[in-house]
Amino acid sequence: MTAPQLKEPRTPSGRSRNNAEKWSWVFMRVSGPILLVLIVTHLFVNLMTGDGISQIDFAFVAGKLAHPFWQWFDFTMLVLAMLHGFNGMRLLINDYARRPGSRKLLHSLLGTATLVVIVLGTLVLFTFDPCPAGADPDLLPTFCEDVA
Amino acid sequence: MTATAESSAPAGEIPAITVTLRILRTIPEGTEEHGPGESYWQEFTIEAHATDRVLDALHKIKWEQDGSLAFRRSCAHGVCGSDAMRINARNRLACKTLLKDLNPAKPIIVEPLKGLPVEKDLIVDMEPFFASYREIMPFLMPTGAVPERERLQSPADRQKFDDTTKCILCAACTTSCPVFWTDGQYFGPQAIVGAHRFIFDSRDEGQWERLEVLNDKAGVWKCRTAFNCTEACPRGIEVTKAISEVKKALTTGEF
Ligand code: HEM
Ligand code: SF4
Ligand code: FES
Repeated sequence: MTAPQLKEPRTPSGRSRNNAEKWSWVFMRVSGPILLVLIVTHLFVNLMTGDGISQIDFAFVAGKLAHPFWQWFDFTMLVLAMLHGFNGMRLLINDYARRPGSRKLLHSLLGTATLVVIVLGTLVLFTFDPCPAGADPDLLPTFCEDVA
Repeated sequence: MTATAESSAPAGEIPAITVTLRILRTIPEGTEEHGPGESYWQEFTIEAHATDRVLDALHKIKWEQDGSLAFRRSCAHGVCGSDAMRINARNRLACKTLLKDLNPAKPIIVEPLKGLPVEKDLIVDMEPFFASYREIMPFLMPTGAVPERERLQSPADRQKFDDTTKCILCAACTTSCPVFWTDGQYFGPQAIVGAHRFIFDSRDEGQWERLEVLNDKAGVWKCRTAFNCTEACPRGIEVTKAISEVKKALTTGEF
């Protein structure tokens, strides 16, 4: 039995070129804490302030989404959560999917699902009509009276 | 204090106990009851002392009951790293694990290391493990002329990688890692420990070659900070910390 061949020391080539996995790791660390702040704020504002859990109805949500601050807040939360979840699931697929075929299939299903949710979510956030014509005024946010 | 032959206090006799070992066996050529390569549990009951080690118990089984039981060991004193195995669901060295620390009232479960192919009984094929170690180039890579005398280093510089010099390549860490279990492509904690030992050595100049290898898809970014490796290491190396220091070196360029 011969001793296994050790690798020749390579000539220094400077820094790594392919940093994709590194940036994926950094993204998880950065987006995680931001998500923590966004999600806790989201839950606190919806469930703890005002009338708490019983305040949530169409009017409440419509009121929030009529405000650019909440539109952009929710947009950030949507995109970050989806990209963070996408990247996390990508890692899990890399771990568990053995065959290149199933890996590819799962990755494309994941990518499609992520894209669909981000696009639909963004569409709702920015095109939402808080005062749909002909709706029962009791169910609408108070500012709809001024609009009408 | 001097030891004297006539010091009279009788050494407290250690009571003998009966212990059962449940061993996961695999015989490549098969037995009368089991097909070739089939894994099955077999129980052995032996008389032992509470202060005996699992390795002593395995010896007793092999020497007195069943000579076909296969396991590796060499130094029997926690130095060579031959006898890492899964004992009561944790990776440990059989020669450093006392029976009394395992609750000998219940059967002690002994399995081969997980994630490496079993060759026979408790012997696994270590080649994939050593292949990862070779990948990170575990040798000093200096530049410049060969010095006349040894390469000096300050105690503070030495301290940076002191912990990772203690590795005995037993594979307890790598085979305790859930990422390694599911993806054998992953270099595993030990290769990163081995790389850390050189990356943080002020005398070595191959840092970026090694960091480049570990920046790979199957490299250090596969680590999910599960801490299984740190818990498993029989040398008490802070494996997860070493891995994090390598990640930090890659993200900040500091080492
Ligand atoms: C609440 C705030 C959150 C924090 C602080 C956080 C933090 C993290 C961190 C640091 C990781 C990387 C773990 C590692 O590679 O070692 C991670 C992984 C992951 N995260 Fe989050 N995350 C949060 C919310 C979410 C949300 C909302 C989702 C789902 C959309 C999610 C899904 C995942 C998945 C699937 C993984 C991969 C798990 C794995 O690699 O084993 N996380 N998270
Ligand atoms: S780091 Fe510890 S557990 Fe891993 S191979 Fe080295 S001595 Fe064994
Ligand atoms: S036999 Fe050498 S470490 Fe256990």
